[in-house]
Amino acid sequence: MELSPDERRLLVALEAGLPRVHRPFAALGARVGLEEGEVLRLLRGLLERRVINRLGLILRHHELGFRANAMLVLDLPEDEVDVAGAVLAADPAVTLCYRRPRRPPLWPYNLFCMVHGRDRVEVEARIRALLLDAGLAAVPHAVLFSRRRHKQRGARYGEAA
Amino acid sequence: MATEPVRPGPLARRLIDRFQRDLPLAPEPWAAMAAALGVSEAEVLAALDELEAAGVLARVGATVTPHRAGWSTLAAMAVPEARLPAVAELVNGYGEVNHNYERGHHFNLWFVVTAPSRQRVEAVLAEIEARTGIAVLDLPLERAFKLDLGFQVPWS
Repeated sequence: MELSPDERRLLVALEAGLPRVHRPFAALGARVGLEEGEVLRLLRGLLERRVINRLGLILRHHELGFRANAMLVLDLPEDEVDVAGAVLAADPAVTLCYRRPRRPPLWPYNLFCMVHGRDRVEVEARIRALLLDAGLAAVPHAVLFSRRRHKQRGARYGEAA
Repeated sequence: MATEPVRPGPLARRLIDRFQRDLPLAPEPWAAMAAALGVSEAEVLAALDELEAAGVLARVGATVTPHRAGWSTLAAMAVPEARLPAVAELVNGYGEVNHNYERGHHFNLWFVVTAPSRQRVEAVLAEIEARTGIAVLDLPLERAFKLDLGFQVPWS
């Protein structure tokens, strides 16, 4: 959380994307009162500290043909969830893998994975293989396919408008 | 939903394969990308424009590690089918909501709320509960095992 005011303003300015001009870091800096060299130095620092985990092309996978995505959720004992999370995360079929709290009795699941694919059949097959390979097929789980995307855009860290 | 997937051109594919991460941190990044791929800066910019116009490219920018620059949570609601369109629209109305998906489950509306502080995230959830009369599950990340959507596209 220890972001400097300059770093925070830079991250917020970057939410709209890097302007496609010859010297975009200078243009970005001009919006928030920073020199080009300072913008580059701050971005390197944010990447080194892993505040930024990726800097590059941010794609919409649905438009590229990844038409199906499912959230696989599992109910694992507390002393097994971290090992299972590491195993599932290592599978290339899994794009996101998080531990989250249960909310009993409504919500018993504590491990969440996203699996993308071209269609539902492909995603179902990937999930079956994933659970078998990880030795987790017998663990209580559910698969929540996306039915409709109401909104998808980058996170915003500035004060909401 | 029924439209054909976008088929990016050869240079756009190479940009996707090479630059979903590690954008050159140089004063002239587009020129550096062009040099790495043996093309001109103008060609790189044209390919990015084309990807953006096709809806494939959201932006060239950063993804932030959760909880490093603010707070976020995954929220879920069990919404009666007849109310789904209205509740989804109400949720979309918040600037703090960046993803909002309908999913096939008793909990059928799933959205991500991100804000500078945990207090603001929790205030948004409380407000959505109050306005809809439907409970909101608050499922903040406890540990990330993988958080990278910059995956390989298998061009076919």
